[in-house]
Amino acid sequence: MHKSLSNSYKFSTLKRHSGSLSPFVPSIFRLNQTNNLQSQSSLTNSIKTPSGYSPFRHFNQNPCFFSSGYFPNGINFKGFGRNESGVSCAKLFFRSFCSEMCRESMAYDVVIVGAGPAGLSAAIRLKQLCREKNVDLSVCVVEKGAEVGAHIISGNVFEPRALNELLPQWKQEEAPIRVPVSSDKFWFLTKDRAFSLPSPFSNRGNYVISLSQLVRWLGGKAEELGVEIYPGFAASEILYDADNKVIGIGTNDMGIAKDGSKKENFQRGVELRGRITLLAEGCRGSLSEKLIKNFKLREKSHAQHQTYALGIKEVWEIDEGKHNPGEILHTLGWPLDQKTYGGSFLYHMNDRQIALGLVVALNYHNPFLNPYEEFQKFKHHPAIKPLLEGGTVVQYGARTLNEGGLQSIPYPVFPGGAIIGCAAGFLNVPKIKGTHTAMKSGMLAAEAGFGVLHEDSNMEIYWDTLQKSWVWQELQRARNYRPAFEYGLLPGLAICGLEHYILRGKSPYTLKHGKPDHEATDAARLHSPIEYPKPDGVLSFDVPTSLHRSNTNHEHDQPAHLRLRDPKIPELVNLPEYAGPESRYCPARVYEYVPDEKNQVKLQINAQNCLHCKDFQACDIKDPKQNIKWTVPEGGGGPGYSVM
Amino acid sequence: MKIMVAIKRVVDYAVKIRVKSDRTGVETNNVKMSMNPFCEIALEEALRIKESGLASEVVAVSMGPAQCVDTLRTGLAMGADRGVHVEAAGQLYPLTVAKILKSLVEVEKPGLIILGKQAIDDDCNQTGQMVAGLLSWPQGTFASKVVLDKEKQLAMVEREVDGGLETLELDLPAVITTDLRLNQPRYATLPNIMKAKSKPIKKYTPQELNVDVKSDLEVIQVTEPPKRKAGVILSSVEELIDKLKNEARVI
Repeated sequence: MHKSLSNSYKFSTLKRHSGSLSPFVPSIFRLNQTNNLQSQSSLTNSIKTPSGYSPFRHFNQNPCFFSSGYFPNGINFKGFGRNESGVSCAKLFFRSFCSEMCRESMAYDVVIVGAGPAGLSAAIRLKQLCREKNVDLSVCVVEKGAEVGAHIISGNVFEPRALNELLPQWKQEEAPIRVPVSSDKFWFLTKDRAFSLPSPFSNRGNYVISLSQLVRWLGGKAEELGVEIYPGFAASEILYDADNKVIGIGTNDMGIAKDGSKKENFQRGVELRGRITLLAEGCRGSLSEKLIKNFKLREKSHAQHQTYALGIKEVWEIDEGKHNPGEILHTLGWPLDQKTYGGSFLYHMNDRQIALGLVVALNYHNPFLNPYEEFQKFKHHPAIKPLLEGGTVVQYGARTLNEGGLQSIPYPVFPGGAIIGCAAGFLNVPKIKGTHTAMKSGMLAAEAGFGVLHEDSNMEIYWDTLQKSWVWQELQRARNYRPAFEYGLLPGLAICGLEHYILRGKSPYTLKHGKPDHEATDAARLHSPIEYPKPDGVLSFDVPTSLHRSNTNHEHDQPAHLRLRDPKIPELVNLPEYAGPESRYCPARVYEYVPDEKNQVKLQINAQNCLHCKDFQACDIKDPKQNIKWTVPEGGGGPGYSVM
Repeated sequence: MKIMVAIKRVVDYAVKIRVKSDRTGVETNNVKMSMNPFCEIALEEALRIKESGLASEVVAVSMGPAQCVDTLRTGLAMGADRGVHVEAAGQLYPLTVAKILKSLVEVEKPGLIILGKQAIDDDCNQTGQMVAGLLSWPQGTFASKVVLDKEKQLAMVEREVDGGLETLELDLPAVITTDLRLNQPRYATLPNIMKAKSKPIKKYTPQELNVDVKSDLEVIQVTEPPKRKAGVILSSVEELIDKLKNEARVI
């Protein structure tokens, strides 16, 4: 829970600002065939949804459920007046009939989805601007994790550039940034040996941190400034008005049983309406992806598709004598082969803890590749093993990252808001850093948003300032490194050498990405299964053990949040043609092919294990037929990272 | 009638616990804390009794460091009317907690106290019983069903005991501790969380309540349980008897 100093939340629906705002009409819901509540909100003058559904059909339905006994939508009867659009009659009428479907609604100036580095930086920047100009804006941040930082996982070697601009006093204010980088190693690994190469990174001035802890600290700072942060609430849908402008988000209904029926603690989701909505969901955010598709944002900026990688990470506590705070190591080569892009990292934090992990690009060809097992293999390398011996694993987690760089950034502004952070994709791949660019993008969006709300400008300014900022400069310089590896490991390294030492960012060409990740998987017959060694329980572990360390939990009795668009495809296509790659690329063993009573192998989805690595990308990204759809589960579930 | 609910801030049930390297306790730094699940059930029951009209007010009480206020706010967001925070650093054992609750009862004068049957961090299962003993109030522990009768000032409590279900009739005021199957706690909704910010939380210290927090217990060491040893497949009955006699020493 959090303490908020701001009392500027508004319960009412009625706008207090002049200017055009869509007439307020509560959301309308209909029950689909499987009896799951699905909402289609629309603000229309004619009380009909775009699909023509009329709420009057619910006139005879069972009276429902008022979650706390007062008017849904928080309409204050006394203050209710007639507005220009004359919709007031309709609203009154509405309240009597649509109690089943109506949700409470809360209005803010800015609604931010995701309490990560980008979201919190945007929130903090907004409040700072308010203080400077002596005005106030209500800012609300919703976060699906049980607490701020619970779903944050990253390497992380932190470049404080954006933080220096946002909160220059971070050191005095005891930010959890205490371990400066002391040494920077880069190795090429073969099965038995490690070859030291000159480090292509310049990490001087950077720090080894736990991003989860930094985000927690940022959350505290945001609350001090009056931002309202609500962890445990998952934004599951976007709210539109009649002009297809985004006016906010709706949170998930909670307390729905596995079969879709309402449990005794059923709680309807809430609508959070914002004059501006910022989506900061991180890589492959579910709402962001919908918006990008809806508004055709990739086409708008002539961007390529996004490419992804899966990062699997563990935090270990090792022997004092082996621990060297600030030492960082990156490796290339083994255990990945020449055609698979990826590498590992090993960072020494403080308190005898080290963060190590493996990042595997998801455009790998071999459907038998199992990124989790590759990571376990990696820990046995003779150069890595001695460090880990005698240590214990503290936490485990996985998350996808975007590797598309500049070429894949969609147009980040949509009517009603913008996309910030990794949801758009500002990660600098050769530097393997995305935190500072995510934070800066949040700050720039906040500045543009402040202009919209107070100075009558428009959100497109965010795109302009982004392209003029150091974020763009960095991504410009870095744009060819990753695509170079389309030609293979060694040619890729050669091109990178060229880019880094000779062209120094002034390359006259821009390389393109290869096929989208889900098309890159070869058929199983072209490859042979990979034999992975059994976990030894000391250095390498099986998935259930690792999963337990991620503190992952979801409320058991809820509908599965991973849905198959076509339930027959796994057995008809994925299994025979691709040997069921989803049972291998998921780092949480969500997908398993198990024989059923008739001894036919079927796909079993253990949605409860889900780590929200958004690898549902993997689900969504890597699945050859794009059959698996990730939806956001009940808020508060998922992993519980604290030092990742 | 006022209902007092005691809630405890504990390590979240989904977190994988580690023992601190100096073995003085469990690692609680940077670890997610939340309300004890049994306390949530207790609070839910109190709220249901209030919503059925048999109680006028639900007061949530918590003891511990400053962060307990967060847990109290969650309780207020679920629907409690007021919060009371007794600020005390250091480990509080059940007897101390019971004494503090007794002092608070003398101040608040509730007609019913509901607690969780045990906390998931220490699994003591003692506080409810001790409070009832100190106050000389009847107790219904491990409640799986509670029905109140306001005119007769009785509480019918169905308890889950080893032999099955036992139904007791308690004169109010009484102490009830809740078991898992009593109810399903409600979610705190966003609007309620916001309303909870303005609900009052009164602060006390143990000194103000005349309770000495010095404990009779001292934790000397905390270690992980020994790792399970692998099973051994035996080849004959004689070997089994030999092992039972000499290794396990049970015959």
